[in-house]
Amino acid sequence: MGNPEVAYMPDSIAKTIEIAAPVERVWDALIDHEKFGSWFRVALDHPFAVGAASTGYMTYPGYEDYRWEARVVAIEPMTRFAYEWPATGGDKELMESGVAVSEWTLVEFMLEPTALGTRLTVTESGFDKVPEPRRSNVMRDNEGGWAEQVKNIRDYAEH
Amino acid sequence: MIGRLADGGERSIGQLGHGLPISRQAVAKHLDVLLGAGLVTRTRAGREALFSLRPEGVAEARDWLAKVGSQWDGTLGRLKDFVESQP
Repeated sequence: MGNPEVAYMPDSIAKTIEIAAPVERVWDALIDHEKFGSWFRVALDHPFAVGAASTGYMTYPGYEDYRWEARVVAIEPMTRFAYEWPATGGDKELMESGVAVSEWTLVEFMLEPTALGTRLTVTESGFDKVPEPRRSNVMRDNEGGWAEQVKNIRDYAEH
Repeated sequence: MIGRLADGGERSIGQLGHGLPISRQAVAKHLDVLLGAGLVTRTRAGREALFSLRPEGVAEARDWLAKVGSQWDGTLGRLKDFVESQP
């Protein structure tokens, strides 16, 4: 022990990508619930509205019977879209049980115009609150799921 | 809190909260969350509870965040493809 590297425990994830399209078009793909559903792989019941629940079902191959649940936190046109979702860790029994999950993580999409188009940053925060067994579930679930997802992205990009 | 346990030693609630502008109760509550998350362990020394870091818990948490991060890479890749392929 005594290694600060080991002790480093981030509470959030941040990812940035450059998109060769104007901010308006990226914003539209985020905020239009049908367009959002197309790339996120989810069928949403309603348009997004601040303070409102968002519900639906995943359309991701192999996960079609997984519910989508979120609460929209912010819609700031061309700038920021944020929602919270329950940290279920992909635990389907927990999702279906009707038991409220008390830990939610916050997802924020932030847009900036660049010379070439748009810089999009997504952050997800609040992971330090999630109990350990649920985290382990996520890890097991994702071992197979991730390989599947990579294939999926490639298929999508090549068509 | 995690930083204060990073040397692998054991600390009491008083030692962990020393110099922080938060109450003993707040420190205890934060430690409860870390215990629940498997990031620290608790032992007893007489009447006092001592806390230390659970390195395997921290490693698991980091692996888990890496996995979640990979999923976001995939999701954002699909968003990029979607937007850039629109007429």
